[in-house]
Amino acid sequence: MASIEVRELSKTYRVARKEPGLLGTLRHFFRRSYSDIQAVKGISFTIEPGEVVGFLGPNGAGKTTALKMLTGLIHPSSGTVRVAGYTPFDRSAAFLQQITLVMGQKQQLIWDLPALDSMRINAAVYRIDRSEFQARLEELSSMLGVADHLRQPVRKLSLGERMKVELMAALLHRPSILFLDEPTLGLDVNAQSAVREFLRQYNARYNATILLTSHYMADITALCRRVLVIHHGKLMYDGKLDHLVERFAPYREVTLELNQGVSEEVLSQYGEIESVEGCEVRLIVRRENLTPTVVRLLRDLDVQDLTVAEPPIEPIIGRLFEQGIES
Amino acid sequence: MIRYIHALTLFWSTAIGAEMEYRTNFIIATLTSLLGLVGAIFTLSLFYQEDYAFAGWSWQEAMLVLGFYTVLEGVSASFLAPNLSRIVNHVRDGTLDFVLLKPIDSQFWLSLRNCSPWGLSSMVVGVAMIIYGGTQRQPDPLPLYAYLQGIIPAMLGIVVLYSIWFVLGATTIWFVKIYNATEALRAVLEAGRFPIQGYVGVWRSVLTFVIPVAFMTTVPAEAMLGRATWSWMVAAALLAVGLFTASRLFWRFALRYYTSASS
Repeated sequence: MASIEVRELSKTYRVARKEPGLLGTLRHFFRRSYSDIQAVKGISFTIEPGEVVGFLGPNGAGKTTALKMLTGLIHPSSGTVRVAGYTPFDRSAAFLQQITLVMGQKQQLIWDLPALDSMRINAAVYRIDRSEFQARLEELSSMLGVADHLRQPVRKLSLGERMKVELMAALLHRPSILFLDEPTLGLDVNAQSAVREFLRQYNARYNATILLTSHYMADITALCRRVLVIHHGKLMYDGKLDHLVERFAPYREVTLELNQGVSEEVLSQYGEIESVEGCEVRLIVRRENLTPTVVRLLRDLDVQDLTVAEPPIEPIIGRLFEQGIES
Repeated sequence: MIRYIHALTLFWSTAIGAEMEYRTNFIIATLTSLLGLVGAIFTLSLFYQEDYAFAGWSWQEAMLVLGFYTVLEGVSASFLAPNLSRIVNHVRDGTLDFVLLKPIDSQFWLSLRNCSPWGLSSMVVGVAMIIYGGTQRQPDPLPLYAYLQGIIPAMLGIVVLYSIWFVLGATTIWFVKIYNATEALRAVLEAGRFPIQGYVGVWRSVLTFVIPVAFMTTVPAEAMLGRATWSWMVAAALLAVGLFTASRLFWRFALRYYTSASS
C-alpha cells in the first residue's frame, strides 16, 4: 500500500477584497466583495513507504495548502487523498498516531517550561508508557544531541536547539509519515546539516516516509531523490531530482584556463559566455554539443586546463520558478 | 478514559508550573487575589448595614445567590477563561493545527488544557458565603442535605456557562477577533449576582430564556431552599445537556470551515 495517494486534489479559497483607504474600509465593512483563489489545482501523485520527497515551489505556490490537506487540517474542495490508508480529514486517532507535521515557523512546545514537560503531555496523549517514553527520549535526544537542553525552559534555548527539540516532540510517537514544512527555517549552516542528518537517520531506521518543503536547496539535494514541483497550484514536475536538472537545465559549465587571452567574439562561437576574468573563462554549453565543443576548444585554443561541471542547482530552480515550466 | 484523566493531570500540573515559572508574578498575583477577597468581604459588610430584603428573598437567602455567583466567578477564572479566551490566539497564530493533529478530542484539549490558581480564592469565599447564608437563615438554618441539593444545579449551571462560552469562542474560526463577544458575555453574567426575581418582567425572561443566567445562580439557590420545583430542575438538566451537545456539534461544524492561519 502506498503511504500517500493523491488524486485530482484541489482547494479553492474565498478571499475578501478590500480597497485601500478609509472609503475602501467603509465599503468593505458594509458590502464585502469576494473572489475565489484556487490554491491547488487538481494535483495527483503517489508516494511509497520509505521515500523522501521534496516539495518545491515558490512562495504561494500551494505547498502549505497541499500539506494541510494531506494532514487533514483543511478540507479539500475536490479530489481524494489517502494517507496511510486513511482519509486525512476524518482525523481518526489511528491516522494521527501515524503522522506528524513540523512547521518551521510555528511551535508546539510550552514556552515557559522545559521541553520535557511538553513531551510528557505528548506521551500521555499518544499513549506511550513510561519505560517506552524513557527509551525513546534517550534515543531521540542522542540522535539530535540535545540531552542537555531538555530541562531548560524552552524560551532559553537558541533557535537551532529549539528546532531540534521541536522535532523530538513531533517524533516521540514514532510516526511513519512525516510532513515537514520548512524544518530548517532560520537555522545556521551547522544546525541545518544536523537536522538533515537526523532526518536521514530517522528515515533509514524506521523506513519513514518524508514529504519535505524547504527554501534551502541544500536540504532537498541532501535528502530527496525525488521532487514534486508545484507552481500556481499545479503539479509541474514529479520525478528524480537529477532528471529535473537534466530536463530544465540541459547545460554544462565549461571552465577554461587559457595561456593567452582570446576575444569574446571568438569565445562566443563555442557557447554562451558566463564570465571572462583575464585568462579564466566560463562557458555554458548545451549538453548534446558538449563533446564536439570540447574537442574544438582543445584543438583551436591554447588551453592549459579544462573542467566540466554541472551548473549549480539553486539558480536553475530559481529560473524555473520565474519562467514557469513549459512541459 | 484513562488517557484523558492522565492527560488532564499533566495538563494542570504543567499549567500551574508555567504560572509559577515567574516567581515575582506569582507573588503579585497571590497578593492581588487576597486583596480581592478583602474587597468582597467589605462589600458584604455594606449590605449588612442596611436592613435589606429583595423581592421575597431575605438577606441570608440572597447571600446564597451571591455565593453561587462568586463560586462561578472563581470557576471561570480558574478553568474557563484560561482556556476559552485562548482559542482566539490558537486560531490567529495557527497553533490550532497542533491541537487538531493530536489523537485526542480537540474540544477536550482546548477546554481543559490550562488552569490557573487565581480563581481559588473566589471559590473559597463563595462556598463560605453559601455556608454562612445557609446557617444564618431565618427562622431555621438549612439542613445538611440542602447543600447537596444545591450542588447538582450548580454543576449544571457551570456546564451551561461553559457551553455558551465555548460556542462564542468557536466562532473565532470565522471572526478572528471576538474578545468583545466574550466581554459582553461576562457583563451579562454580572446580572447573576442577584436573585432573578429582582429584575423587571422583560429582563427576567431574557435572563432566563435567552442567556440562561437564572440557571447558573438563582436556580441552585432555590434548590437549596427547597423552593425549586421539579420542572425547574428538569429544565436545568435539559438545558445543560442540550447546550453541551450543541457546543460539540457546533465545534465540529466550525472545524469544517477552519482554514488555519496563513503560513
